[in-house]
Amino acid sequence: MNTFGHMANILVGRLTWHDLQHNMVTMTGVVIMSLALVAIIAALTYFKRWKWLWKTWITSLDPKKIGVMYIVVSVVMLLRGVSDAVMMRAQQATSVGTAHGIVPSEQFQQVFTAHGTIMIFFAAMGLMFGLINLVVPLQIGARDVAFPFLNSVSFWLYVMGAVLINVSLPIGEFSGAGWLNYPPLSELAYSPGVGVDYWIWGLQIAGAGSLLSGINFIVTILKMRAPGMRLMKMPMFTWSVLGSMSLVVFAFPILTVTLALLFLDRAMGMHFFTGGGGGNAMMYVNLIWAWGHPEVYILILPAFGVFSEVVATFSRKRLFGYTSMVWAIWAIVLLSFTVWLHHFFTMGAGADVNAFFGIMTMIIAVPTGVKIFNWLFTMFRGKITFATPMLWFMGFIVLFTIGGVAGVLLAVPPADFQLHNSLFLVAHFHSMIVSGVLFGYFAGVTYWFPKVFGFRLNERLGKCAFWCWLSGFVLAFVPLYILGLMGATRRLDHYDKSMGWQQLFIVAGIGVGLVCLGIGFQVLQFAVSYLQRNKTRDLTGDPWNGRTLEWAITSPAPEYNFAIQPVVTTRDAFWEQKQRKTSVQKPQYHDIQVPKNTGFGVFIAGFAFLFGFAMVWSITWLSVVGMLGMILCIIIRTTSDHTERTIKAARLAEMEVAGGTKA
Amino acid sequence: MSESTAVIERREHDAKTAFGFWMYIMTDCVLFATLFAVFAVLRNNTFGGPSGRELFDMPYVLGETLFLLTSSFTCGLAMLAVQRKDRPKVLFWLAVTFLFGTAFLVLELTEFRHLVIEGNGWRRSGFLSSYFTLVGTHGFHIIVGLLWMGVLMVKVRAGLTGALVRRLTLFSLFWHFLDVVWIFIFTIVYAIGVA
Repeated sequence: MNTFGHMANILVGRLTWHDLQHNMVTMTGVVIMSLALVAIIAALTYFKRWKWLWKTWITSLDPKKIGVMYIVVSVVMLLRGVSDAVMMRAQQATSVGTAHGIVPSEQFQQVFTAHGTIMIFFAAMGLMFGLINLVVPLQIGARDVAFPFLNSVSFWLYVMGAVLINVSLPIGEFSGAGWLNYPPLSELAYSPGVGVDYWIWGLQIAGAGSLLSGINFIVTILKMRAPGMRLMKMPMFTWSVLGSMSLVVFAFPILTVTLALLFLDRAMGMHFFTGGGGGNAMMYVNLIWAWGHPEVYILILPAFGVFSEVVATFSRKRLFGYTSMVWAIWAIVLLSFTVWLHHFFTMGAGADVNAFFGIMTMIIAVPTGVKIFNWLFTMFRGKITFATPMLWFMGFIVLFTIGGVAGVLLAVPPADFQLHNSLFLVAHFHSMIVSGVLFGYFAGVTYWFPKVFGFRLNERLGKCAFWCWLSGFVLAFVPLYILGLMGATRRLDHYDKSMGWQQLFIVAGIGVGLVCLGIGFQVLQFAVSYLQRNKTRDLTGDPWNGRTLEWAITSPAPEYNFAIQPVVTTRDAFWEQKQRKTSVQKPQYHDIQVPKNTGFGVFIAGFAFLFGFAMVWSITWLSVVGMLGMILCIIIRTTSDHTERTIKAARLAEMEVAGGTKA
Repeated sequence: MSESTAVIERREHDAKTAFGFWMYIMTDCVLFATLFAVFAVLRNNTFGGPSGRELFDMPYVLGETLFLLTSSFTCGLAMLAVQRKDRPKVLFWLAVTFLFGTAFLVLELTEFRHLVIEGNGWRRSGFLSSYFTLVGTHGFHIIVGLLWMGVLMVKVRAGLTGALVRRLTLFSLFWHFLDVVWIFIFTIVYAIGVA
């Protein structure tokens, strides 16, 4: 190597000019991304909002603000994931016979890998943590989370993971080995580029954030509930979050190890999962699903929690079967660690092993069924209001049950041997994740929006969005069930005309178009609701006639949540309070401690990003900078005192009165 | 009135921090459990290379182990001194702990170096990959612990505040935890490996 080449290698590692060149498809993506970035920067500069952004958002430790930021980022990632979905549908509808669709096959691999990765880790996880941040402290009558600074670190790690995944678009490439990157395909021998490394480090950084959030919310829920709120008086959303976060702390360390081992294989020449050298590729598949199966319950449990709140509120009834709901959550938590092998019945583990995991998989459908029936019985003889959150719930019940039944079918190992790796499977898990997770979080965002912003979302546009999503979903995925039964495998970039699949793929394409229309309505809904916010102001703090504590305070909720610590005596604490119509006593305010804003969350995550980028491209000096930066920031932050400020009782009284007069 | 609320808040805060740290230690347990499982799967995948029986020098590893166990003991003595608010003793015992911890680390790295020089590095076989990763991850935790201890010692020189006592307690929890993990490594990797 010449001197220049040597210098360049030290400076930028594996990175070359070649990695910055693109074809039409990626170029379009890069241009759109750059334009959006330039537009945001220009707008912030023009409206002189940089300082505002830094002071009220980026450095904020208020879980409500962090929650909003989570949701904003996850919506952006959702849009990116949907654009990948549109490309896949367009490819499969057109790439038949002599025609070769819109993207070359190596590009197509990156598209489906990015779609899965982004949707699960950055769209769904982001929406989930966003809602948890917004709602959990309010629901349990707490002023904050247990570790506010850690919460900020978690959020920024999530953002930096997302940024790293997106940086792969302009610089280098993304993995093409599927969203879980099975070896040996993801090993260096078969994926020599940086794509898999981007995937590893993007997830490693975001995953560390999720793990810390898991710890944070478990401690918050177990240690910070309002006086009198015993466990069996907790709102169901909080219960489901406790279940989900318990899964996070048990499952995410497995992901951390698995990603690290894959990276060691690739970067250090180790032999964990390699074909030769004594590696064991199936061990990777076991490990990744030992995390991956709990992961789907991590995502769905809080969505179940949202539905439990929504269905009780809009049926004007107590949630049916509270105790059985709680037990169902914990049965799911436990069982979700005993079913991972159903993702690879075809591994050849033998009939006994497959039978065990098949039966466990069928058993896990039982607590889920309990929940479905509880929701239906909650509606039974209720005074149902068909508000948008309730519509999302009802769409969920239908589609989720269909998807669930398909899942039980897949749990039968002989059937799975026919159906595995087919579009039937793809249709199944989209039924669970779109109509379960996504609809749940859409319902949650609509439901709690007024508590955060002080005005409701436009109902008419919300309903338009719902119907587009529902019909679009059915059109997009019912054909995939049929195609799967006809033998179409997943991840196809091309097929022969004689297969007779094209019409169904075109129908699925129309379906995704309708979904896009639904997303368009949702974007419009936010814009219109904001412009007409004076019409839909929530003046009472209780726009839906709610049941839990978050509706007892003004909307938007003040940064300290509760000026006076609420005391709980029953389930549905706020509902009971309203029924008893207890006379309001003159409140006695005390000083409140709230955490000061700090930029260290974003600094630590920023250095983590540099470290991740350096590991992807093997840039030694930058990885040292990233590592030292992280360590220094942690030391400075953890050894500094005076991280809190006091809101005086007098000031508190003023703020409360101001909130009250607005009412 | 306000002071007693402050005291209560302080105590609640301490309880949260300690509980949160226990949660963290549990996640670390899962992390190590996964690495142990990986080691168990790969321990016989020597791919024609040497197995643990040919590689491990038990007296040497026992020496390593004694250094680490002693450091755990002296860490306990440091914590007793913390209870008595005896600052010089705290610093002394922490320094001893630091020394033993460093000695353990040096011995471990020396062992690694020998293995690599003899051509039995992590690239040699699946067994050696998992060996280096499991033992190395523990070693990495020790480095983090030493770093943490160094920072704490600097702070102890400035005075034993309540916040610092809390951090020292968490640190000792961490240090003892690494000891427990090492005992598992000693048993599963080394003792069973040479048996």
